Amino acid sequence: MTTSTIVQRWFGDRIGPRVEAGSTVWFFRRDRLAMVSLIFIALLVLVAVFAPYLTPYANEGLGDPNLANKFLSPSVEHPFGTDSLGRDIAARMMFGTRTSLSIGLLVVVVAVLIGAPLGAVAGYFGGWVDEVIMRVTDVFLAFPPLLLAIAIAAALGPNFVNAMLAIALTWWPWYTRLVRAQALSLRERSFIEAAHGIGVKNLTIIWRHILPNVLTPVLVQATLDIGSAILTGAGLSFIGLGTQPPTADWGVMINEGRLYVLAGRWWIATFSGLAIFLTTLAFNLLGDGVRDAADPRTRGGG
Amino acid sequence: MSTTRESVLVEVKNLTMEFARRDGQLGGQEQRIRALDNVSLDVVRGETLGVVGESGCGKTTLGRCLLRLLTPVAGEVIFDGRDILALSLSSLRPLRREMQMVFQNPFSSLNPRMNVLNLVAEPLRTHTELRREELAGRVEELLVEVGLSSEHLKRFPHQLSGGQAQRVALARALALNPRFLVLDEPTSALDVSVQAQIINLLLELQRRHGLTYLFISHDLGVVQHISDRIAVMYLGQIVEMAASEDIFSSPQHPYTQALLSSTPVPDPDRDRKRIILAGVVPSPANPPPGCRFHTRCPHVMDICHTEEPKVYPVGEGHWATCHLLDTA
Amino acid sequence: MDQSLLTVDNLHVRFRTPIGDVHAVRGVSFSIDRGQVLGLVGETGCGKSVTGRSILGLVPHPGEITEGHITFDGQNLLGLSEREMHQVRGERIAMIFQDPATALNPVFTIGQQIIPVMKHHGVAAGAELKQRAIRLLDDVGLPDPASMMDVYPHQLSGGMQQRAMIAMALSSDPQLLIADEPTTALDVTIQAQILDLLISLQRSHNISVLLITHNLGIIAETCQRVVVLYAGQVAEQGEVRSIFHQPQHPYTQGLLAALPNPGSRGSDLKMIGGFVPSGLDPEPGCAFAPRCEFAMDVCTRRQPPLYEVGPGQRAACFLHDEAEGQEA
Repeated sequence: MTTSTIVQRWFGDRIGPRVEAGSTVWFFRRDRLAMVSLIFIALLVLVAVFAPYLTPYANEGLGDPNLANKFLSPSVEHPFGTDSLGRDIAARMMFGTRTSLSIGLLVVVVAVLIGAPLGAVAGYFGGWVDEVIMRVTDVFLAFPPLLLAIAIAAALGPNFVNAMLAIALTWWPWYTRLVRAQALSLRERSFIEAAHGIGVKNLTIIWRHILPNVLTPVLVQATLDIGSAILTGAGLSFIGLGTQPPTADWGVMINEGRLYVLAGRWWIATFSGLAIFLTTLAFNLLGDGVRDAADPRTRGGG
Repeated sequence: MSTTRESVLVEVKNLTMEFARRDGQLGGQEQRIRALDNVSLDVVRGETLGVVGESGCGKTTLGRCLLRLLTPVAGEVIFDGRDILALSLSSLRPLRREMQMVFQNPFSSLNPRMNVLNLVAEPLRTHTELRREELAGRVEELLVEVGLSSEHLKRFPHQLSGGQAQRVALARALALNPRFLVLDEPTSALDVSVQAQIINLLLELQRRHGLTYLFISHDLGVVQHISDRIAVMYLGQIVEMAASEDIFSSPQHPYTQALLSSTPVPDPDRDRKRIILAGVVPSPANPPPGCRFHTRCPHVMDICHTEEPKVYPVGEGHWATCHLLDTA
Repeated sequence: MDQSLLTVDNLHVRFRTPIGDVHAVRGVSFSIDRGQVLGLVGETGCGKSVTGRSILGLVPHPGEITEGHITFDGQNLLGLSEREMHQVRGERIAMIFQDPATALNPVFTIGQQIIPVMKHHGVAAGAELKQRAIRLLDDVGLPDPASMMDVYPHQLSGGMQQRAMIAMALSSDPQLLIADEPTTALDVTIQAQILDLLISLQRSHNISVLLITHNLGIIAETCQRVVVLYAGQVAEQGEVRSIFHQPQHPYTQGLLAALPNPGSRGSDLKMIGGFVPSGLDPEPGCAFAPRCEFAMDVCTRRQPPLYEVGPGQRAACFLHDEAEGQEA
């Protein structure tokens, strides 16, 4: 036994006060950047849920115009100013949090639900099952993801749900590849052999033994992907294929605002852009944190 | 062999197993490795049959073929009168209750994401209707039998020591009251003091349940302690088979002799004249012609290069495959 | 001692981990004379590997030597700068490890690895380098050494890789060779070859060897003196013959009794209950007390010093203290 094995063994034996010392959660807590990102995202979630109560301009957030207040620059009453229809931008942004977060989450969830089981089946069974699944995956992977999403969204018709589906459909192959690779290596492990020896059926083996053991890499990838999904979602709405006005959406707001930037009304597009930037960054940092915490090598052990 | 038909639990006939392996370079040639070559043996009810040999001898493959975890290319494995290799998968499944395997590395053979309760319960969930409290009760019973307790139920493998993990693996193997256990190097990954605990446990369990063991190991000391009979394997064949004491007191095959002589013994006064074998173990992809051992044998003769030796009986239940024994 | 080549005095090594300090080595002392083979034996967690690495300053992060002295040929190793230590490593003290595959670079041939080492240590220059390398490979028993220079590690078997590693280690004619489980990964017949090689090289070059292993059989057959470690402390040390025939420490006694041997067949092995402590927050007193059948009250309160229990033999056990315990 090497020293590092000894040190790592002891990690598993100590139970800390609330969290097992040396566990993934424990490491995560010590990563300041990741913690800050987590808090930021938690705040975003709160804003999304309680948006109507957080602003006096809730109806404007939902889309009602207030033409008397057109193009007001940022002030105390309107911290981010108002847009071309006089709607308070801060309120619009709060409501926009809902669309962004939901598209980010839904895309990833759908992509994982499609991709992970396919990957597990492909990796575990091998043979022609693997061939068929991987060739289908390859077809999807052959297209540039954004273009494919645009094409699908355009074909399905521009709205939130279709945009979400379109992105998810371009995303699932990555999870298939990821899970397949994991399944290939897991397949050789003794505990799979033991399950065969016991007489457990193949699909049960995939469900009980393969999938739980691919959870960690999938979780890491999913966290990193949420940020990208939000970005892509905003991109689709920006070109008019996602959320439709008057629903508040950051991408839509940038689209609306870009016409006025040169005319000096910079606040309409800028704050939404900032929001997209910060949110994507937060998810990326969060994902990095989760990955580093889960990876035994970066834990600084022996 | 002095075993009657009724007393034999597992009969192995002409078992041959091949693996395909690529050369290692891009587009290299595919090599067929004969891991088992026409192996035949009997396992008597209630006995412990030890199988020893070094890497490439096929002992691990043998164990797996006996449980049909691998499908051999030829031969029969007759378990209690039924050839398990000929059965359909659905007929095979219920038979799995009767025979189980314990693996070398307990941390590898236990799913790291399952706790002890679920690990030991899996065979019960697969083959019985037991659920919830009854299931947990049976699991606890099993844990107590192997020297653990209910406090271990919620633990995960990484929270157990090597010895404890191996006990969990044993509890799992015993869950369905099997009659036959294949133990593949069950103590090789454990410390000496823990090894003794596990060996004692295995003997105790065998006494209590009337189990039949196939004990695979490279450690001669451990094998001779626990086995009634021992089969010595080299490059996919059994070269000698005898009762445990006879292997040690009068080994007949030059390889067995070399193996015995090479095994370090914790006795500083032992006569250190060792039989050092020349050269390396030949690749199983390219076994030498004639007697497979002839390239390293200190007593090699001309005939050994060309003819494979037959099985020569040497005594009661003792035989070896060596031309030196040909009294003709 | 004039004879002594290496002296380790009261070595303490600690690992600072996020969950606490792990005390891997707690006050280990021993010495090796010129031309002597000393065995360092113990189970998992005893600190033998860490001790070996400490001598060469190779303790992995986050380990650090917190106390003690290591004197080699009159020189204090712990006081040397990294640069000076670099000179010692490989040149005057060499080390070989368990897995030769990790010591040998897979993308270079054997020759490409041995020659730079020799060059660096100023063993030879120019054309003579190749000649000496070939001679070295021949010394370690590699067949066709001239062609062996152009062979890649993966083309060699485990035993041959280990021989190549030994050749590299001996290339600069070191005074001390530290061998950390050099044969654990090898088959038993190959192991016998390698051990024999080590012994003959040791004799012909008059090197001292520190042999680290968990295998008591290897100790009995190759070492003159032995240090038995338990949980980072010395339990017993002395001549191999004395230790094996008259072990004085309960741990050593338990360890020897737990080994299966030809006489033990059929009966239960005497085992040591419990398991090895983790080294985290060590209890005061003797580390073995919780598992010792002879434990007395004082054993849990104070650490026993090493008592003289025979000529050249010492055991850390209060049983041997005339005031506290009875003579064993």
